Parts: sequence; C-alpha cells; structure tokens
Amino acid sequence: MNLDLRIPMGLMFTFTGAILTTWGIKTNGDAIYARSLGINANLWWGIVLLLFGLAMYILGQRSQRRLVKEPAPPAKDGEVRRGH
Amino acid sequence: MQLTFVDWLIMLLYFVFVLGIGFALKRYMKTSKDFFQAGRALPAWICGLAFISANLGAQEVIGMGASGAKYGLETAHFYGIGAIPAMVFVGIFMMPFYYGSKARSVPEFLRLRFDEKTRALNACSFAVMTVFSSGISMYAMARLIQALHVFDGLFRTLGWAPEGIFTFSIVMSAVIVLLYIFLGGLTSAIYNEVLQFFLIIAGFLPLVLLGLKNVGGWHGLKTAVSAVDPRMMHEWKGVMHASTNPMGIEIIGLGMGLGFVLGSGYWCTDFLVIQTAMASKNMESARRVPLIAAVPKMVFPFLVILPGLLAISLPTPHTATTVHEENGVIYHETNVVPHEMEEGRGLVPAKINPVTGKAMLTASGKPLLDYDMATPNMLLHYFPTGILGLGLTALLASFMSGMAGNVTAFNTVFTYDLYQSYIHKGASDRHYLTVGRWATVGGILLSIATAYAAISFNNIMDTLQLVFSFVNAPLFATFLLGMFWKRTTGHAAFTGLISGTLAAMLHHGLTLPIEAHPGIHGGWITVVHHYPSDMAQNFWGAIFAFSTNFIITVIVSLFTKPRPESELVGLVHSLTPKPPRTHDRWWKSPEALGIAVLLGAVALNIFFA
Repeated sequence: MNLDLRIPMGLMFTFTGAILTTWGIKTNGDAIYARSLGINANLWWGIVLLLFGLAMYILGQRSQRRLVKEPAPPAKDGEVRRGH
Repeated sequence: MQLTFVDWLIMLLYFVFVLGIGFALKRYMKTSKDFFQAGRALPAWICGLAFISANLGAQEVIGMGASGAKYGLETAHFYGIGAIPAMVFVGIFMMPFYYGSKARSVPEFLRLRFDEKTRALNACSFAVMTVFSSGISMYAMARLIQALHVFDGLFRTLGWAPEGIFTFSIVMSAVIVLLYIFLGGLTSAIYNEVLQFFLIIAGFLPLVLLGLKNVGGWHGLKTAVSAVDPRMMHEWKGVMHASTNPMGIEIIGLGMGLGFVLGSGYWCTDFLVIQTAMASKNMESARRVPLIAAVPKMVFPFLVILPGLLAISLPTPHTATTVHEENGVIYHETNVVPHEMEEGRGLVPAKINPVTGKAMLTASGKPLLDYDMATPNMLLHYFPTGILGLGLTALLASFMSGMAGNVTAFNTVFTYDLYQSYIHKGASDRHYLTVGRWATVGGILLSIATAYAAISFNNIMDTLQLVFSFVNAPLFATFLLGMFWKRTTGHAAFTGLISGTLAAMLHHGLTLPIEAHPGIHGGWITVVHHYPSDMAQNFWGAIFAFSTNFIITVIVSLFTKPRPESELVGLVHSLTPKPPRTHDRWWKSPEALGIAVLLGAVALNIFFA
C-alpha cells in the first residue's frame, strides 16, 4: 500500500501529545489533579505520546523515502509509487 | 461529567484523522481486490495488530473489565486458553489453506473445499450475524454515552433536547464508519483498527498505572481483592472443580469448551479476524499475522481485566459531610454519592430498579451489581479533564472499530459470496466494486435498524447472541475435518453443520444454570440438568455442538462419494506441498515464532496461577 500508516498515526499521536502537554503545563498544580493522585497525568502522558508519535512519524517518513528512491516494483496495476 | 474544550479537541482530532485516512486511501481503490482485500499488499505487523484489534471492540474492553470485576483473574483464561493456542494454530496450520487457496473469503474457502450449499449456508448465517453484531455494538455505545453523560453538556449548550442523545450517538458513529469504509474499504478499516489499538493502550495504560499506584502496587491489589474474595486473585487455583472457582467451571469444560471449541471456532474460522490476515502481502506474512497478534494479546489482560479488578478493590464511596473551620466560619461540605454507587462495591454501582428506586437483589439477597460500568467508572474516577478526553476517545474508537470489522466482513461476503455467486454472475470488476460500496451502506442501515429494535425489545441482544452461539459452536469441526481429512465430503459438511447447530439448541433447551429461570437462559423445553454457572452451560453447549458436528460429518462422509484428490490440492493438509521456506534464518519461521508465543503464554499463566 502506498500510504505508510505510521505517518498519519505518528502525526495524530504527536498532536494529541502536544495538546496534552500544553494543557498539562497550563494547569500544573490545579485542583483537577486531585483525582489522579496529585500526578499531572496530562503533562507526563502527553510527553510520552508526543515522543511515541514523533518516533512513528520519523520511521514512516524514512521507509516512505526509501520506497520513492527504489525503482518501482513491477507495477501490477500500473501505479506509480509516490511519497506522501 | 465535566468535559472541557481539551477533551473535545482530542476527540475531534481523532475523528479528523480517521476520516483523513479514508480520504487519503480513496485514490488507491481501483479494483474490487483493493477494496475488499486491501490489494493483498499490507505488511504483517499492520495486519497483526488489526487482527486483534478487530476483536477488541467495546464488548471486549467493557466486557473483560466487567468480567474482571465479577470473576477476577480467572477471566485471563479467555486469553491464555481461549485465544493464544487458537491463534498459533490458525497461523501455523490453517493459514496456508486460507491464503494459499486464493479464496477471497472464508465462505468461499468452504465452496472450494466442499460445495455450493455449504458455502451458501455459511455465507448467509455469517452475513446476518455481522450486521446484527455491528448493530449491537452501536446500541451498546449509544447506551454508554447516555450513561456517562458524554454529550449532555454539548446538548445543553446547543439547546437540544437530551432525548436526542441516543440518536445522535448512533448517527454519528454510523456516518463516520460508513465514510471511511466507503472510501478506503478494508485497508481503511485495517488502518483504523491499528490506530485504535494504539489508542486503547494510550487510554488504558495510564488508567492501570494510576489505579495500581493508588491501591499500593500489585501487592496492594492482591490484599485488597483478597479481602473481597480470596479466589479472585488466582487464575488456576480451584479450577479442578466447579464449586471452588468464581466462574463455576471445571477444567474439562474450560479446556475443551473454551479452548478447543469456542476459542478455535472464533479465531480460526471467523472471517471478521481472518480477513485481516488474508490481506497481507504474501504467504509468509499471512502465517505470521496471527502469531504477531498473539504477542500483544498476551499482555492485554493487564490493560482490560485489571481496571475491573481495581474497581472492586477501591473503597465504596459514601455520602459524607466534612466540617471544617476557616477564619472563624464553619463550613459543612457534603459530598453526595448517588444511591446506586453507595449500594455497589468499590466503583461498581448496583443495578437500580427504575420503578422502586431501590437496588435490585440477587437470589441470595445481595445487591445486583452493574459490572459493565466498572471500566467506564474507573476512567471517570482517575482521569482529569484532558486525558479524560483521550480515555473516552479510546472507548469510542473501540466501539467503532468493532463495527467497522463487521461491516467490511459483511460487504465482502455479501458481494463475493451472495451477489456475485447467486444474483449477478460475470459482471465487470468495476460493477462489484460499486456493489461493495453500496453493500456497506446497506449493512450500516441494517445495523442502525438493529440498534433501534434493541430499544423496543428488551431481550433482543441476549437472544441474538444466543442464536449466534448456536451457529458458531459447531463451525470449527467442519474446518478441522475439511482441512485435515481428505475423505470429508460436501454433503457431510453441510449435514454436520446443521446437526451441530441443532445440538446446541437442544442442549440449551434442556439445561439451566442454577439461580436462573427457564426461558432465555435455557431450559425452555424441560430441565434435565443444572449447571453451576451460565459460563459452564455455554462451554458444555459448545462441546456438544462440536462433537455432534464431528461425528455426523465423519459418518456421512463414509457413506458419500469423496472428491477426486487432484481437486483438493492446496485445500487439504496431506495433499498440499509444504510452503517453500523463503526466510533465511530458522528463528524467523512462523513455527519458531509460534513456539515462542506458546512458551510466553505458559509463563504468564504460571505467574497468575
């Protein structure tokens, strides 16, 4: 398939992570964290998701670039492989 | 529940990406093979994650949490016995025939191996089941959204009547699933299942970590749960006899019924999961798909069962008034806990009779608990706004991917096995692609109808699931005999399947779990045997159905004319040349991976024993 799933998936988790991290920084020390045992769950989990998302995205980009460089495999349906 | 814009933003982001993937894939959907089989070009890891994700619908996420709260660690048998061995079996032994036969669906495999009528029987029952299952998933989601008051705030802001929440939830999920499958077919469904797989981890891992920290780690959990019921922290203890373990089953029913019949019946024959493996790019990958899937499947008990266990180990909240003094002023702070929570256990609420407003009681006088709320209540309990949006998105995603898997299985079976075979043969590929797209629309409309029917007929869910179990229970015997005994004939397979289903019905009509009334729970003919639990009844019913099918198929096969061996090459084990070894290292082979998976499963079982 010509769309490497890791690219959109990486982007989604990067955005989600970024939103959570920003929100976590903004609300740091708020009373809302009483329910999560005083842990800033947004900040920490946001960072984890951000890193995961970036890693996925980079891996996806890499393999996509490799595919573009490689000569197209014997095209079954006459499609040109192209980057995303 | 108080949701803020951050929660909505995260939810919205997910929907944008889900639909975005559908639109991005649209331009690759040129042939019916692209649409129904993902072009048979996906890498093994993607198919592998989709393979377990297709099953990781909400019934699984909510149901396993509920079962964890009700039965404890014994629930992990659904993984250790009920899934892993079957996944290894289908990868090593059965995938060569599914993938190698070039069949496009499981019913089509049955036509290649047996005959037209066996395929028609399987295709029809399967198509009906997928539509109803996706309707059940839809209904359950709308009910949960109502119970958690997810959209209440939104509806108030917009000035809409809260009665519309049910319809809104159903229409929203239907439109999203419809759009992304209509555009990107099976690829889209598989991609979104993988996305959902990671979302579930992202949403539930912090929940488990917070819960464990709260109760004092694994040891604290053990102590707290043992105070409720000491049997709940053991997976294997007391399994020799039905009265000494929480589920009320004994080792034979468990091993044979769950492991051999039900587990294999699901993981080895259900096109819902098999379709993802059949979408991979070559035989090697296809065989590896279920094995790759088995690895995360082993760790999933931590994610989905533990929230249930944690929910019952927490103290039950009670309405309490705290008095404190500040600057000479005395404050009374009353924390009101709803009645159903006070009557419950831990975070699991009691079921309230809507007429009397009192908690419903079991036959032994204890409050009846609403275990399905265990996992959702954990989310609400621990997650502050922000990550709460993520948790809810994970829950919604699991509902939608459960629906999506059913819908893609339906459109494939409908188009290839019913439309192309019996309604309109020999049309152009383009025509079938269009039919597939519209079958998606039709399937979703039928699911919506099922969801609405469920409102008016209280018992429809239980009845449907019961009927499915009658149809599914004998299936594995047919595939086992078909793939491994060349003498099996088409007439035999067909007769066997029907008699297996009849046996399952008969068994249900004649037996009853204790503490149940004759009717939907069984015993509707007359009661000749009482089971200690409905689980035991279910497992033994499957054993009877399987055995009946097996015996009848063997007997009829011996009296009917087998097909010439030349026609069965690639379909039966003994007549198929071994697949060529394309991998360079022995440890890369599916067999080695399978053994590693089994060893891992044994180790986990010993840990939980």
